[in-house]
Order: sequence, then structure tokens, then C-alpha cells
Amino acid sequence: MKNTENEGWKNMRKVKMKLLEIREIAKDTIEMKLTDNYITEVAKPGQFISIALPNYTLPRPISIANIDRDKQELTLLFKIMGKGTNELAGFIPGAEIDCFGPNGNSFPLMSGEMTKVLLIGGGIGVPPLYYLGKQLKKQGIKVVSILGFQSSENVFYEKEFARLGETFIVTDDGSYGMKGFVTDAVTSVPSFNAYYACGPTGMLRALTTQLHNKTGYISLEERMGCTVGACAACVIPTTEGGYKKICHDGPVFAAEEVIL
Amino acid sequence: MIDLQVELPGLKLKNPLMPASGCFGFGREYSKFYDLSLLGAVMMKAATGEERSGNPTPRVAETSSGMLNAIGLQNPGVAKIIKEEVPFLANYDTAVIANVAGSTVEEYEEVATKFNQTSDVHALELNISCPNVKEGGIQFGTDPEMAKHVTEKVKQASNKPVYVKLSPNVSNIVAMAKAVEEAGADGLTMINTLTGMQLHLPSRRPLIANKTGGLSGPAIKPIAIRMIYEVRQATNIPIIGMGGIQTAEDVLEFLLAGANAVAVGTANFQNPLILPELISELPEVLRKYGFSSVKEAVGKAVIE
Ligand SMILES: Cc1cc2nc3c(=O)[nH]c(=O)nc-3n(C[C@H](O)[C@H](O)[C@H](O)COP(=O)(O)OP(=O)(O)OC[C@H]3O[C@@H](n4cnc5c(N)ncnc54)[C@H](O)[C@@H]3O)c2cc1C
Ligand SMILES: Cc1cc2nc3c(=O)[nH]c(=O)nc-3n(C[C@H](O)[C@H](O)[C@H](O)COP(=O)(O)O)c2cc1C
Ligand code: FES
Repeated sequence: MKNTENEGWKNMRKVKMKLLEIREIAKDTIEMKLTDNYITEVAKPGQFISIALPNYTLPRPISIANIDRDKQELTLLFKIMGKGTNELAGFIPGAEIDCFGPNGNSFPLMSGEMTKVLLIGGGIGVPPLYYLGKQLKKQGIKVVSILGFQSSENVFYEKEFARLGETFIVTDDGSYGMKGFVTDAVTSVPSFNAYYACGPTGMLRALTTQLHNKTGYISLEERMGCTVGACAACVIPTTEGGYKKICHDGPVFAAEEVIL
Repeated sequence: MIDLQVELPGLKLKNPLMPASGCFGFGREYSKFYDLSLLGAVMMKAATGEERSGNPTPRVAETSSGMLNAIGLQNPGVAKIIKEEVPFLANYDTAVIANVAGSTVEEYEEVATKFNQTSDVHALELNISCPNVKEGGIQFGTDPEMAKHVTEKVKQASNKPVYVKLSPNVSNIVAMAKAVEEAGADGLTMINTLTGMQLHLPSRRPLIANKTGGLSGPAIKPIAIRMIYEVRQATNIPIIGMGGIQTAEDVLEFLLAGANAVAVGTANFQNPLILPELISELPEVLRKYGFSSVKEAVGKAVIE
């Protein structure tokens, strides 16, 4: 099965988002709340937005971590990784940020077919799963989350996920929650209809191998140029042969659709 | 009223602005942001004889004032482009320029012959300057004799006007321009990207998988201006200029150096609305510097 749920990128627009709140929620990890009246209206779980910082050549893709439609509020969670994210972390409330989106497709929600799903996030792959989990819960689907981090200082959104359902925290060094990798924790969840995962490629490779007989959807990352599907920078080989563009045909793919 | 119209071989442009090849796909994605009929023309992504899957990833990296890319001519092949992409662009009131690529003279001829069969393509851009494919491409773009030969062959294969895209990776750009002019080129497009490289310090490895890539963006603009100026002095065929354009002032600078029209590539990535914005800003910039039309500004650099 392919993830052809929707072609959300068809309603991309350029907007200015106003920064409402910004705070550090874990080591080098920033939560930003922004407002705008378009993207908060149309975006779906799994989609991302492109942030155009002044004086940079390329936009920064960041996943949509949450949306509050009534308040027209969008949440981003990002880690300071380099120059752009460092600059973004220095913005203060009231700042207007040039963005475009929503980009990419979204997680298929498959209501009716599922009673229980597993969300599996690694590090900065956790954010898109939060908005997804909220939507799934709203549909009456039971959500279990496994969130992996390097160490206790990197852990974020544990409480938020716990509100959606049972949540396991795993750290590489065992300084918080279970010691090990998300793949170790997966074995402790007895049954589920489908899984949704986002995180480093190594984690996704291990997971999709371990859960090869399950329905699964994974969200991928790659270095991007245009972020809208025009330049062919962000490709991933598919099992059918050829490439798909992560920014446009993804970032969400059915686990068996792509070769990691 | 400031007159933005430009007439070039095979192309009646309502304004001198168009997206550069490879930075705009076949227009579908940016058509979600604005009406492509606003554009003077669209330069399509490179087409080869057969489908190509391109290079491994990462294919792009950001640099100071620019970016490197090594896409590797990923495209669905000329037949599919004519069947599926050209008809889409034909829905818009804009000129369509097909970018012709290949690794052998025969492949260039084949692609040109196929594009010749559709009236929805108005001109060909002969890409003899792609730095990111192993054979062909760049060799045609750095050896005047080979450039001349492939231009002659493509001219014979097609009735469409042929614009040859020049590579800046040469020590004598004028010799290249003259060689293709002699071979019958109807125009020039310049410049393509400059070969560059960037290392990732923690891993000590190149940031892009192909090791080297083509540098584009504002970093290359002064090189483009210098080369267009030199070529303008030595040849008579029109030039579509490109390389780092970000503002309407940049557009005027290209016109002054000798470009008849311009293309914008990398700047679309940060700002998907850059082309419509430049089209609406250009009249004011022309007026500010004393011009009443685009034509009037072409080649008006004062260089003593
Ligand atoms: C679809 C998608 C969703 C993402 N969602 C999130 C998120 O929710 N939270 C978060 O913290 N990060 C996310 N990322 C990663 C984020 O885009 C990068 O960490 C960020 O671009 C780094 O920018 P920089 O300027 O700080 O780093 P630099 O290293 O200075 O950036 C240089 C260039 O490389 C690109 N780049 C560097 N690292 C990455 C990467 N891992 N992935 C893609 N491009 C990269 C940058 O965009 C820029 O073009 C996402 C990436 C993608 C592709
Ligand atoms: C991602 C990318 C892909 C490109 N692909 C092509 C291509 O397929 N054919 C071509 O002739 N030029 C290609 N180019 C070169 C551009 O058309 C243009 O000549 C160059 O980028 C300089 O303009 P700019 O600085 O405005 O981008 C590509 C450039 C980029 C950045
Ligand atoms: S980044 Fe340009 S196609 Fe995905």
C-alpha cells in the first residue's frame, strides 16, 4: 500500500507568521508558538512548513508539531543544529517570520480500521507525532507512544504524550526511562493495528525491519533545496524502482514503499 | 508606462523574467503559488533521451551566499516530458523553453528532434554545461570545437531557435560564445553553475554525495555580470542572463551588462513568489534609473 492519502502541498501559500511564545523545553530544543490564519486552517498532521530566514539561500523545513485551529496557533519544536536554527531560536515574541506551506503529504488516519496504534519517535523526529496523536485520539483510537532520546536532558513533551495515552520514554544511556533503543521498547507493546514513526534513518531502518509484518507509516528527512517538489534534491529510492521526492510525495511513506 | 516586452528569436516575451532550468521543475509546484501566465517564459528542467535517476543524496548544500547542487539530471526522459509536462505548460499564456541535455551528440540530436515535433515548445536551450554528470555535459561546454559541433547538429535536427547555455567553468568564455555563434546558435543563456566543493568538519567528508556540485545564488552574480559583459562585446546574438538574481536592481544590472532577458533560479527556493514580485517591481526600478523600457536598458553599462 502506498500513502496516497492526500496531496496537501496543493494548497501551499507564502505567509508571514507572528511569533507568540518561545521557550527552551530541553537541551537546545525550542518550542515556538506562532499565529497565522491560513496554515493553521488547512494543515494536517505530518505536513511541514518552510521557514525563510533573511540572508540564507535555502529555507529550513520544520514539522508541524501541533495546531490549535480555534486559536489559529501553530507549534513548532526544533533542535538547534546549525546556523539557521540557532538564529531562529533567538527570535522574540512579536517577530514576523516568512514561511511557506503547508508542505508535503500527511499521515493517513484510516478511521474505522484501527482501534490501537503505536507512535514511535526518535529525538527531533518526535514533533510531528504529537499532532498526529491528538487527531487519532479525537477519532477514538487508542494511542501508545514510545519516545527515544539520547539522554535525560534531551527529553521533551513526555507529559503532553502521556495525555494521549500510555507513553514509554527510552534513553540511549538509561539516564531517564528505559535504557536502550525504541526498538527494544516496541516488544513490550503486545498488540496494535498500525505504527507511525519518525526519527533518524538508522532507527527507521531497524524499526521497519523489526515490524515488517505490520502496517506502518514513516516520516523521512533529507537535505532540501526548494522544499516544494521542483528541484529533485530530496529524493528517496522506492521499492518499485525510481525515486520519490520527500518534500512533495512524502515526507510520510508507507514503510514498504521506500528503501532506507 | 514602462514597456517590459522583449522580442527574441522564437520568443515574444511579455516581460524579461523567467525561471531558470532545474529550479522550477515543469512549473506544476509553483503554479500553486501564482498564475504562470505572469511569467515571460518558463525554462523547463533538463530533458535527456531516456529517463535518468540522478545522483545519490545529499544532493544540495547551502554555502555562504549560495548553494551547491548535484542533482545529476534526474528527469523522466524527453518522451514523457512531451506527453505529460509540455501540455500542462501549454495551458498558460507564457513561452516555453525546453532544456536539452545528453551525454553524446546523438542524444542531444534525439532530444532536439523530439521537441521539434511539438508546437508548444517555443525554443530550445542547449545544456552543454551541466557540471554534474560524468560523461558528456561539461566536455561539450568547455571545448569550443565540441560546442560548435553539437550546436550545428542540434540546429540541423530542429527548426526551433536554439539558445546555447554556456558554462562559466572555462578560462575563455568569449571563445565559447563565438564558437556557438558561428555554429548558428540563435542566442545564449548564461551562466550555468560553477563547480565547487564543501566539507563537513565533524566527518571531514564532502557535504554532498557527488563530492562536487554546481555553485549558484548571489555568490556567482559578479562572475555572471563580467561574463555577460565580455560576451556582449564580442557577439551579436541575444543573451538570457542568470546567476544569483534576487532583486529588481539585479535584473537591471544584468540588462546593463548586455542581457536581453533574465532567468531566476536559486532565489525561488527561499521565496516562491520571487518571480511575480520582481516582475511587479521592475518598472519602478527602470524608471528610477531613467529607462522607459527594458529594451532601452540592454547593454547600457558605461564602461570606458
Ligand atoms: C520534512 C522535514 C521536517 C523536519 N522537522 C524538524 C522538526 O520538527 N524539528 C527539528 O528540529 N528539525 C526538523 N527537521 C530538520 C531541520 O530542517 C534541520 O535541523 C535544519 O534545517 C537545520 O538547519 P541549520 O541552519 O540549523 O543547520 P545547518 O547545518 O547550518 O544547515 C545547512 C543546510 O542544511 C540543511 N539541513 C541541515 N540538517 C538537516 C536535516 N537534518 N534535515 C534536512 N535539512 C538539513 C539546512 O536546511 C540548510 O539548508 C526537519 C527536516 C525535514 C526535511
Ligand atoms: C538545483 C538546481 C538544478 C539545476 N538544474 C539545471 C538543469 O537541469 N539544466 C540547466 O541548464 N541548468 C540547471 N541549473 C542551473 C540554473 O539554471 C542556473 O543557470 C544557475 O543556477 C544560476 O542561476 P541562479 O543563481 O539564479 O540559480 C540548476 C541549478 C540548480 C540550483
Ligand atoms: S527539495 Fe526540491 S524537490 Fe524536494
